[in-house]
Amino acid sequence: MSNVIAIIMDGVAYGMLLFLSAVGLSVTLGLMRFINLAHGAFAMGGGYLAVVLVDAGLPFLLSLPIVFLAIGAAGIAIERAGIRHLYRRTALEQVLFSIGLALALGALANLVFGPQQQAIQIPSLLSGRVTVLGLEIARYRLFLIGMGAATAITLVCLFEYTLFGARIRAAVDNRRAAEGIGIQVERLFAVTFGLGAGLAGLGGALSVEMLGLDPAFALKYLTILLMVVAIGGAGSIAGSLQAALVLGTVDALFKYFLPEAGGFVIFGLLVAVLLVRPSGLRGRAA
Amino acid sequence: MTLLKDSGLAVGPGMRLPISGATTLLFAALIASGFLFPNHFALATQILVLMIFALSYDLLQGHAGIVSLGHAVFLGLGAYSSAILARAGLTDPLLGLAVGAAVPALIALVLSPIVVRGNDFTRLLVTLGVASLVYEAANRLRDLTGGADGLSDFEVAPLLGLFAFDFEGRTGFIYALATFFLVYLALWRVTNSPFGMALRGIRENARRMPAIGSPVARHLAVAYLLSGAVAGIAGALLAQTSRFASLDMLGFERSAEIVMVVTLGGNGHLAGVGIGAAAFGVVKDALSTVSPRYWQLGLGIVLMASVFLARGGIGGIIERLSRRRQP
Repeated sequence: MSNVIAIIMDGVAYGMLLFLSAVGLSVTLGLMRFINLAHGAFAMGGGYLAVVLVDAGLPFLLSLPIVFLAIGAAGIAIERAGIRHLYRRTALEQVLFSIGLALALGALANLVFGPQQQAIQIPSLLSGRVTVLGLEIARYRLFLIGMGAATAITLVCLFEYTLFGARIRAAVDNRRAAEGIGIQVERLFAVTFGLGAGLAGLGGALSVEMLGLDPAFALKYLTILLMVVAIGGAGSIAGSLQAALVLGTVDALFKYFLPEAGGFVIFGLLVAVLLVRPSGLRGRAA
Repeated sequence: MTLLKDSGLAVGPGMRLPISGATTLLFAALIASGFLFPNHFALATQILVLMIFALSYDLLQGHAGIVSLGHAVFLGLGAYSSAILARAGLTDPLLGLAVGAAVPALIALVLSPIVVRGNDFTRLLVTLGVASLVYEAANRLRDLTGGADGLSDFEVAPLLGLFAFDFEGRTGFIYALATFFLVYLALWRVTNSPFGMALRGIRENARRMPAIGSPVARHLAVAYLLSGAVAGIAGALLAQTSRFASLDMLGFERSAEIVMVVTLGGNGHLAGVGIGAAAFGVVKDALSTVSPRYWQLGLGIVLMASVFLARGGIGGIIERLSRRRQP
């Protein structure tokens, strides 16, 4: 029984990583209708930046906010330089541009850091295990769950209770009307894109310890990030969280108890959800 | 003939044969390449396979406007079915080609109801999801597919019972070349038929097509099926000429690559897509032996730039040139 709970904790921690990395993708798709296949590359960039910072002697916990800000700024720069011209283009053009970006960034990572796996030094405070209610749980898993939960709460508050959030919701529901009442949708898009990229970078930095990091990271985790968005529904923060937790837990449970089923369950789940609810479980708009 | 007309595949009176300058040049270059580079039959054959695969996907993306991130599934299914057939003792290459086309066509028929519905994003996901499922399945069914090792322990009988597949790959090259010509002409015929016009209409505006009485879902299903069958032919050809069928033939990289090839070649322009695929194959072979990392970096940059600069790809450039010549 305690075994099962440990596996579920593993799955929830994995789900939180997925949530952090996917929530930006969900918002860009819901708000800007932009299919960003390079989103995994932002996570990868965050991972590498964290590795570099920690290697340079910076404490792990201090490197996290720096990664968030740096990758967020990079996201805004890329949005202003290229992606904003593609909002009204076809899905195919968006896919090509973002796959190209993901490939180029992956190749760049390979040139700079080499093809090998990267490791990161996490502080002793976060390593090892801790006993909670008679259960042994890895501290880093608990830390991930805490980070994910804190981010989710912050984002929900930001989107539901602030003026910024109200503007974003207005722009999602009806862009023309939002522009008509003086909301600067262009600037909103850039800031939101940067926020999503920064969160993905944070997710990437946090996942080095659990999932590893190599130049193939961006494309390897792209599919599951897209699945989080598809199942959760584009533009929905709560939906992304639920979908990420479900996918993470299901994946962990099946990997442990029924490894032969492998990826089948996850992909089967995706196809089934899309058949029944093409716009996701909590989709606002498709 | 009336039957043909009713089926919507007849060539109308005002329709020119596909002997445009670009097409003639393409065919001539292909035949010449066999004579010019007698030591590179294997590479030339692989490029022909890539060209057939690109043509199959062009029917879907270029003509019908369906973007798929899992088209390599059909290439892989074609390769595996012909290889499995050959292992079972049925080694005739043409039979393998037929089965290699039939199996993917059948799978496409099953999948089409879930692929043709939905918007671009759900299509991307469903094709990606199905591709991942098929990849997992092929990986698990080790007895049938050889798992990660692939299948290489099969023979291919002489073509038409006369021409054995030689070590140099000459027979394989001529076989692939002939298949390419036939596929090219067949697809030219299909895309210039009323059915092809309807597909382009759906691409331009899927909402208005039902208003003029066009059965959108059925047309898309037929396009998907044809596209799957042709991709399967490419796969069977690949397996027979390289004596190998492996997991990477149905992997994501192949699927993403073909989206790029068709777009760079020019959506919906058969000659452009053919030339684009050939150029891609040559450049990839040359660069990836030098340095795969720089190849990937360059490819990414070209893709990003192509969205802004070369709209219409190689096909678009051909169109502009030929229009300038005849005002």
